[in-house]
Amino acid sequence: MATSEAHEHDIQASVRRYLYVFYALLFGTGVTVAASYIPFGNHEINIAVALAIAIAKASLVAGFFMHLISERKMIYGFLLFTVVFVAALMALTVISTGPTEMIHVQHVS
Amino acid sequence: MHAAMEIPYVSTPRPDTGLYNAKIGIWLFLASEVMLFGGLFSAYILLRVGAPDGTWPEGWLNIPVGTTNTVVLITSSITTVMAWASCKMKQFGRFKLFHGLTLLLAMTFVGIKSYEYHDKFTHYEAKLNDQLVLADGKTVFGNLVANTNGVVLFSVSTGQPGEYEATPAKYAQAQVAKIVPGQIVDGHLVERAADHITLSGHTVAEHAELMNMRSAAARHIQHSEITLVPAQLRSIETYGPWHNTYLAIYFTLTGLHALHVLGGALVIGYLWGPGSKLWQTDPERFTNRVEISGLFWHFVDLVWIFLFPVLYLL
Repeated sequence: MATSEAHEHDIQASVRRYLYVFYALLFGTGVTVAASYIPFGNHEINIAVALAIAIAKASLVAGFFMHLISERKMIYGFLLFTVVFVAALMALTVISTGPTEMIHVQHVS
Repeated sequence: MHAAMEIPYVSTPRPDTGLYNAKIGIWLFLASEVMLFGGLFSAYILLRVGAPDGTWPEGWLNIPVGTTNTVVLITSSITTVMAWASCKMKQFGRFKLFHGLTLLLAMTFVGIKSYEYHDKFTHYEAKLNDQLVLADGKTVFGNLVANTNGVVLFSVSTGQPGEYEATPAKYAQAQVAKIVPGQIVDGHLVERAADHITLSGHTVAEHAELMNMRSAAARHIQHSEITLVPAQLRSIETYGPWHNTYLAIYFTLTGLHALHVLGGALVIGYLWGPGSKLWQTDPERFTNRVEISGLFWHFVDLVWIFLFPVLYLL
């Protein structure tokens, strides 16, 4: 059963990879916490740093633990829709938090 | 006849898509979950950006506790993927071990989260009445209405929080030794009875002083036990979701997430316990089930990866 052995070997290689991902996630958590204590001068930079690390960690989980780096086309198709809709939702959110033009009404008696 | 009724592709992949049914099902479900949490994250952003300056709390959650829970959840993700890999390698005993650990870690997460919730529900902000100290040493609690032309008008508390006599009492300024404006006592419950409440905390002049608990000043706050009687209280409220928009979105996001942890633990618990009988008859299908529940579990971990910095650190 050479194919079965090869298959098992693949899994063992994956397991090693999972462990590396696990260490990376722990490291990422440490960095996120540490970075939150560093005053970058502007709170928005702290937010950007934390979100960048979170996105990197989330990509590791989705890519390796959820096997998205080697998934079938149809799953990518579903996720493309999801990404588009989430991006639209967040874009709308960000637009609506931007500066709004105030209309000044003068009361004339 | 029975063979014709069988649902195809429950464990073997459909040749054209390369996917078995449940794989498609779980990903469609996770796509809808992304939108559910996405909407709530959007609500969080709008609430936070819309909050007037200095009103969005900082440092209200315990960072070491949150970090511990993050590590617990990440560890449960690796045990989940190891449980699945064990099934793939036909090591049922190792599957049992790893998913047993997953369950323990899930319960640890929920336990720590419960501790954090309990901490909020026993944390009180008490707004105090103004205090009038008379020349003869007597103290009256209530609302200062006016202090002009040698006369102090004072609505005296009826003894119930937030309730006052209909007509303000009149005092000559000469009668009044001191007027103490209403302060705020913030702290955790020590004891509560009908006639008093004791909090372990500190006193501040303004609500705004409670907002930044990560500041250098906040680290040096001395806590002491403060006993209050009902007549002293203008209002009193716990740090529940009703307290402010931050806590409202905190409880909504973490509550929904905790429900996902419990739901995931229920499924993993079934697969670990009675559901594991399927291993004897259809190991391939069982392995697929472990994979599907794992995908859900990793998603729950993924949501927490965003929740942790957003709620605890920023």
